[in-house]
Amino acid sequence: MKVEYKCKIVSKTQMGDAIYMVLGVGDMVRSSGVCPGQFVHINCGHSRLLRRPISICQWTGSKDGDTLTIVFEVRGEGTAWLARRPVGHTVDVLGPLGNGFDAEGGPYLLVGGGIGVPPMLGCAGTSGGTSTAILGFRSREKAILLDRFASDCVDCLVATDDGSLGYHGFVDTLVRQELEKENHYQAVLACGPKPMLKSVAKVAAEFGVPCQVSMEERMGCGVGACLVCAAAMKDGTVKHVCKDGPVFNAEEVDWDA
Amino acid sequence: MLDLSVNLAGVTLKNPVVVASGTFGFGREYSQFYDLGELGGICAKGLTLHPRSGNPAPRIAETPMGILNSVGLENPGVDTFVAEELPFLRKFDTKIIANISGNTPEEYGIMCEKLSGAGVDMIEVNISCPNVKAGGLAYGTRLELAAEVTEEAKKHANGVPVMVKLSPNVTDITEIAKAVEGAGADAVSLINTIRGMRIDVNTRRPVLKMNTGGLSGPAVLPVAVRMVWEVAQAVSLPILGMGGVSKGEDAVQLMLAGACAVAVGTALFADPFAPLTVRDSLADIAAKQGLTAVSGLTGGVRPW
Repeated sequence: MKVEYKCKIVSKTQMGDAIYMVLGVGDMVRSSGVCPGQFVHINCGHSRLLRRPISICQWTGSKDGDTLTIVFEVRGEGTAWLARRPVGHTVDVLGPLGNGFDAEGGPYLLVGGGIGVPPMLGCAGTSGGTSTAILGFRSREKAILLDRFASDCVDCLVATDDGSLGYHGFVDTLVRQELEKENHYQAVLACGPKPMLKSVAKVAAEFGVPCQVSMEERMGCGVGACLVCAAAMKDGTVKHVCKDGPVFNAEEVDWDA
Repeated sequence: MLDLSVNLAGVTLKNPVVVASGTFGFGREYSQFYDLGELGGICAKGLTLHPRSGNPAPRIAETPMGILNSVGLENPGVDTFVAEELPFLRKFDTKIIANISGNTPEEYGIMCEKLSGAGVDMIEVNISCPNVKAGGLAYGTRLELAAEVTEEAKKHANGVPVMVKLSPNVTDITEIAKAVEGAGADAVSLINTIRGMRIDVNTRRPVLKMNTGGLSGPAVLPVAVRMVWEVAQAVSLPILGMGGVSKGEDAVQLMLAGACAVAVGTALFADPFAPLTVRDSLADIAAKQGLTAVSGLTGGVRPW
């Protein structure tokens, strides 16, 4: 049986433009299990009728209480409200929701763009330090979690749109270089803006490497009942990001929709 | 002991709170949270004769105390509902209300045959979806078309009560209510969503890919209360009231205005348990007012 959790904010850290927040989530991790790429649906104040879906970055489970780490940017009124909540206050959380990445074993090539970077850290964890990360940001100031990826991955490559840190350009070029160099990756796992996912999926397909992508769409209920978060599939069907995703096999997705 | 049961067009609901069509799917998702038998009834996701994949995303936008949606009747079609979803819904001790939309009066008739044969408790005829170009709203805004669809549905419903869902996007909702009453409707439900629009000022693009959509949530409650009140005075049909109900007091307002039962919809998205808290708080209010049955609230408003 699914439940809502009243979760205490354990800690909150500003990280560039992002907020790194640790929530105490009761027994959620132990009772439901969590996999990277899943999300929680957070109530962001009484005057806002829609919860905000936020990807799970990392988690812990212990008899003293489970924790979830979320990393988010202030994009509008809801996330601004959440960012203002003081440590020690509680928030109303529904989760864990959705289907995440299949990221056991490894090695995987983990590709994150912008605020799509945090969930890839969970994949780095479940693949036991065997994976390589390629992370894209707009600029040096936007870069987050680099030290965490450096310690949880074999290697961590960075690209920025303006060249202020690492490779000057987009992540798909680095993905191509890495796949030319190494052929041991079980899959490419990616989270970020749709144009990035599309180009990464294309490169992975060229090399014949399976690719899983985490999609984003405006959500309502978060559990699959209201059908608003539609994603068009290549076979002409419609799937729903909250329930069928957010992680899909890249070859299922209609990238031109 | 307070009697929570109500009668809606001859169908006894164990309590007056049902869930609104389009907000509850076919029940599977919310059955992970509680026993669906707690609900007075379930208005299932709107069905069409053939499967529909709906409109392109984004299909939802948040607005002041409301949401806009433009789902566009995505559904697997009436046959799949009967074969795969109705048997699941039937496992729960609650009333199942199928919701249908057609492109022609004949399509409404065919769907009524299939659904009455399959054994639903009631059929809600949607003549008011603002998100589909053919049929939909046109039937809900033109008297003769609304009457024609109602007649066709009644003819093929084989005695299953037919409830017509009315659009608020009209000058005078009582005219449509009278037209469907004259055509043999057993009940009316109202209101469907109100057409609205939200624009992203930075991109200058409407947030919804369809540009406009249907507004629901607390923002529409006073419109719903007013329209239920008007319709209750204009026709003698039982009314299922809906529009922005998120707490017991909202539900009581709709009942006092003339509704026999109420539907909870958008409130589910913030709180999956909203229908149950609405039910409990509605019961508290009725008990505090010394009623022995919640049905005693219906039409109890004392207008100035």
